[in-house]
Amino acid sequence: MTRKRLGTLAWSVGTLVVAFAMFFPILWMALTSLKTENDAIAFPPKWFFTPTFENWRVAVFGGPVLEFMGNTVWITVASTLLALALGFPAAYAMAYYRTKRTDGSMLWMMSTRMLPPAGVIVPLFVIFRDLSLLDTHLGLILLFAGMNLPLVVWMVTGFMEDVPFALIEAARLDGASLWQEFTRVLLPLLVPGLAATALLALIFTWNEFFFAVNLTTREASPLSVYVSTFKAAQGDLFVAKMSAAATAAVVPVLVAGWLAQRQLVTGLTMGAVK
Amino acid sequence: MATTTVRPRRIGEGRRFLSAPALVYLIVLTQVPFALTIYYSFTNWNLLRPGSAGFLGLGSMFRNYQRILGNPDFWQILGNTLVLTGSVVVITFAVGMAFALLLNRPFPGRTLARTLLISPFLMMPVASAVVWKYLLLDPAFGLSAWVSRTLGIQSVYLVELAPLASIIGIVSWQWTPFVMLILLAGLQSLPEDVVEAARLDGAGPLGLFRYVTLPHLRRFIEIALLLEIIFVLNVFGQIFVITSGGPGIQTTNLPYQIFLEAFSRWNIGRASAYGIFAIVLANLAVVFFLQVVRRSRQEGAR
Repeated sequence: MTRKRLGTLAWSVGTLVVAFAMFFPILWMALTSLKTENDAIAFPPKWFFTPTFENWRVAVFGGPVLEFMGNTVWITVASTLLALALGFPAAYAMAYYRTKRTDGSMLWMMSTRMLPPAGVIVPLFVIFRDLSLLDTHLGLILLFAGMNLPLVVWMVTGFMEDVPFALIEAARLDGASLWQEFTRVLLPLLVPGLAATALLALIFTWNEFFFAVNLTTREASPLSVYVSTFKAAQGDLFVAKMSAAATAAVVPVLVAGWLAQRQLVTGLTMGAVK
Repeated sequence: MATTTVRPRRIGEGRRFLSAPALVYLIVLTQVPFALTIYYSFTNWNLLRPGSAGFLGLGSMFRNYQRILGNPDFWQILGNTLVLTGSVVVITFAVGMAFALLLNRPFPGRTLARTLLISPFLMMPVASAVVWKYLLLDPAFGLSAWVSRTLGIQSVYLVELAPLASIIGIVSWQWTPFVMLILLAGLQSLPEDVVEAARLDGAGPLGLFRYVTLPHLRRFIEIALLLEIIFVLNVFGQIFVITSGGPGIQTTNLPYQIFLEAFSRWNIGRASAYGIFAIVLANLAVVFFLQVVRRSRQEGAR
């Protein structure tokens, strides 16, 4: 018994050490954001120091971070909502009105997600230029909604198939319209599934960089574009402020991901391995 | 799904067209650019040369492709792309499997360990690139300098010494949690009584892993492999921030090359032809992958 307990303890300590090592770069970033610029570049590195919020005050709340974060939030939320608005009815059709083409359509949708962004960036740039969508929120919102749409349809269809059809039939007998079926029957039941779907779309969109850097210049640029401009060339006295901005950029997604670990798996595998 | 046929067909038969908006949206958003990429790849359009948007002509329409295939740089870029993707897949599967096995039993602190382990995957790729480049690997005051001094060896700048390997390491750090999460989901769906039965039959830990766990994990391994390959073929942010594709073209992959052709040389025609190669490569990867899956399925069935 004690031997078994000892084994579990060793397992626990060993795993936590490994986990801590993997997490260390993120922790180091957060710690550096709380150091003075001098402490941040001290050698050997300072493990113990008096924390300061100066970098957060200057670089995050006083700098352009909030502005870029505003862009990111707006683009992320709007594109996710648009993807859900388009994907929800589509999933309804796929789940409850199956035809012989349904499986083919679903697979085709997924295959569009596999199209390499670099393969279509050139015409997208030209189209954006001609439609005056370059460096606009609208352009990225439309694009990211399409990027997340296959995921939304795929996942929500899966969740809808789990809803007993008798519930919908009962609502229909009571004379429910399509809209009422959506809002009174399906939405309440699908809240956890929709949350998992939205979360994954949020993570992908928040962290997206390739389209963002090539299709925006400044006004509509999300945080990822701003973070990518960090250069040590701006002087070594920049490391702590850079860390503060980078930490601010990753914390929302990090926390969201931590809180929804279980949904993350469903989303990542597109429900393929339920 | 089996109940579909008994569902009342007469109510709102037209509702099956509710999928039309989503389908049309995706067709417009993906097929129009795809068709244009093909068309542009047959032109000599350069945004720096106004009026150059012309079709190359039937005789020389493949000129962009010929130039690319005749350029030794292309083969190195293709090689970089394959080496980067292949190495990341191998590393993340080895480490991710180990992590998943570590987490696949109850112990105090398991939730904390899992939370810490998934975190790299949630990091914005450009942010993790900044952290690795300036905070961890900096040769003067980075942690790597401290580690090498503690070990009594000379401090080196890994990014300069082994640029592609550095990128591979950093991308692997980011993608290991992804593989771990999916494999862990697989491990946890393995019925306890199956494991118990195998134990009673005298299977040791290795035999159990080889003949019970691995076959059960196959579907999970396949989906993780497919998704990871598709995403890692497109790695861009880390290269953009850490090496800018250099030194020379040592860390340039296909996406980065397309970015350079399109947005620093403004060569729309050439960039589009490179884009076609990227699309073909992604399709080859998927097709090849499906072949392997099918073959291993057939062998398994025999």
